[in-house]
Amino acid sequence: MPDEKNLCLSGSGLTKVFGFGRQKCVAVDHVDFNFYEGEIVSIVGESGSGKTTLAKILLGLINPTEGEVYFQGTKRDIGTQKKKKEYWKSIQAIFQDPFSSYNIFNKIDAVLLDCIHMRGGRRLPRAEKVALMTEACSFVNLKFEELTNKYPFELSGGQMQRLMIARIFLLRPQILLADEPTSMIDACSRSTILGMLMNLHFETGMTLIFITHDIGLAYYVSDTIYIMEHGKFIESGTPDEVILHPKEAYTRRLINDVPKIHEEWDLSTV
Amino acid sequence: MKHTFQQFFRSGKFVFGFSIFVAILLLTFIYPLIIPDPPLEIVAQGTFFEPGIYVSVYDSLGTTPHTLNLDGAAAKRIASKLNEEDRLAMKEWLVAAGIPENEIDTADTQKLLDLWMDNYDPTENIPGMTNARRNYFIRLNNSLKGLLSTEGAIIAEVNPETGTLEQVDVITQTDYVNINQVANVRVLPFGTDNFGRDVLTELVAATRVSLVIGFVSGTIATLIGLTLGLLAGYIGGVVDDIIMFFTNLFTVIPSFVLLILISFSIGQEQRGAVTIAVVIGLTSWFWTARAVRAQVISLRNRDHVNLSKLSGHSIVHIIITDILPYIASYVIMALILQISAGILAEAQLSILGLGPRTTVVPTLGLMMNWALIYQAQILGKWWAYLPVLVTIALITFSMNLMNTGLDQVFNPALRE
Repeated sequence: MPDEKNLCLSGSGLTKVFGFGRQKCVAVDHVDFNFYEGEIVSIVGESGSGKTTLAKILLGLINPTEGEVYFQGTKRDIGTQKKKKEYWKSIQAIFQDPFSSYNIFNKIDAVLLDCIHMRGGRRLPRAEKVALMTEACSFVNLKFEELTNKYPFELSGGQMQRLMIARIFLLRPQILLADEPTSMIDACSRSTILGMLMNLHFETGMTLIFITHDIGLAYYVSDTIYIMEHGKFIESGTPDEVILHPKEAYTRRLINDVPKIHEEWDLSTV
Repeated sequence: MKHTFQQFFRSGKFVFGFSIFVAILLLTFIYPLIIPDPPLEIVAQGTFFEPGIYVSVYDSLGTTPHTLNLDGAAAKRIASKLNEEDRLAMKEWLVAAGIPENEIDTADTQKLLDLWMDNYDPTENIPGMTNARRNYFIRLNNSLKGLLSTEGAIIAEVNPETGTLEQVDVITQTDYVNINQVANVRVLPFGTDNFGRDVLTELVAATRVSLVIGFVSGTIATLIGLTLGLLAGYIGGVVDDIIMFFTNLFTVIPSFVLLILISFSIGQEQRGAVTIAVVIGLTSWFWTARAVRAQVISLRNRDHVNLSKLSGHSIVHIIITDILPYIASYVIMALILQISAGILAEAQLSILGLGPRTTVVPTLGLMMNWALIYQAQILGKWWAYLPVLVTIALITFSMNLMNTGLDQVFNPALRE
């Protein structure tokens, strides 16, 4: 099946080492992967397994120590500020903590206007910009009229994360990297936000790279799952392969750690 | 931002410090409007006149006298003329003449005089007393008699025709003039300094110049430190290494030594107040740079900065909108401390004689330098240096208080 799809993002031998000498810490260790266009990929692992570092490498926010990232089949080149800007038109991210994702000195309009400007809408008349922002906000069930002149920190965590999705709605990147977008949010808002992400995915056909520690969530949403342990991909495949027939002990542990309703929860492995 | 400024005034410490600072600032602006004398004008012939109200004797003579009969006026007059040495001498004679020592109180002028007048006899020969000492007591007795006389002072002038002195007026001991009717009265609240200049006028001008020096040096130091800290912290890599190399180099060399060497090499003639301020600013930015760099490094990997990058903003835009507002509180506090450090550095430098050239402007440090050269502290002329010390202490105190107050505003963990 992968042969029919176009390669979107792939990496070979990606490694990131922090520090040196005794304090050396290998966050990402020779990782290889192929993400295809339109897929929902989940990268599952516990805290400290290197998921976020990998995400930052993919976003081009930090440079890998070794290895290469290939974007749409060719070697990614983000050497200059201009090329980076071009690259970021195709890949965007939603971060884990909505409270620290916003510049507390910028108003909500400014956040959304930035996205319109990035898509080349700098010269649009004000009314059209407002229309675009209103559309984006209504996509995530927010009322733009109520948000103008507000600061992001005046919203709740769930609203802030929805505003993040509104940002992505305006930007329409080919790849969206969602780094634990729901881990800081309560369970009810979580399903809303996931639903919005899915809607966005189906509407635009964007590749969704979903980074999470919640293997149950990954099972339900993704086309491909990568299990990450100590900076390595130890297992990958379709959800059925990975979750229902796990090969590695670590994967089994991750599956067992998911609490199940009406069932004794085995805390011995936690 | 407006919200933040309102928050400043919620902190009691900030308000207190700010009030002191504003009071000092206002004084430096209002005082010259009321007393527009040039601050370095020499008004007094002689050094270190005591603080007080100076009334023109010549003008008081021409003023209509009023008669006031006040009890104890004579005693006060004598008390002010009798110095400690005379009182002790009187006690010595009285004890020698057989008066019990515990009955004599040198502080009570009236009693002492009564005892003296009752017992003193110039013919009495006290054993063991030299002739010179006896003559001293006779002179003392005569001068006391003069003080006790109730006659007035006679004013005479030379008659141009006859060439003799002629009495024109008599000033009785009960004559008073109203100070408001005397044409020339000069209040010297802090006396005069070694050159005969009014210390208060000089102090106000000096405070203003010192504040300017503080502001200029503080602004320069903060701007340099901020720029280098931002560049080093945000860009990192080789830029960071180069900037931190120089910063560390300067941190290791004591900046005060550097300051002395630079001021010395500039030369006395070229050293104006602003030059000194620039030199101080150029030698005190290191800690700001280091601290700003540390803050920026902790900020540059935050999600909001990453998001700003992903939104395609340039480095300059990110530094100005995503980093600077977050460290603004720190920078304001650093600026306040740099200003007070600048004022102190100028004082230190001037005390060593390396401050701005004299004769043009006074500064707080220069005033202390002059007091030191003319040994005011040894001669006990406190008014030449104490008001300066208090002013410096008040300025630094108010700034440190403002700083602590701001810390409370910006750091919720410190709120009471």
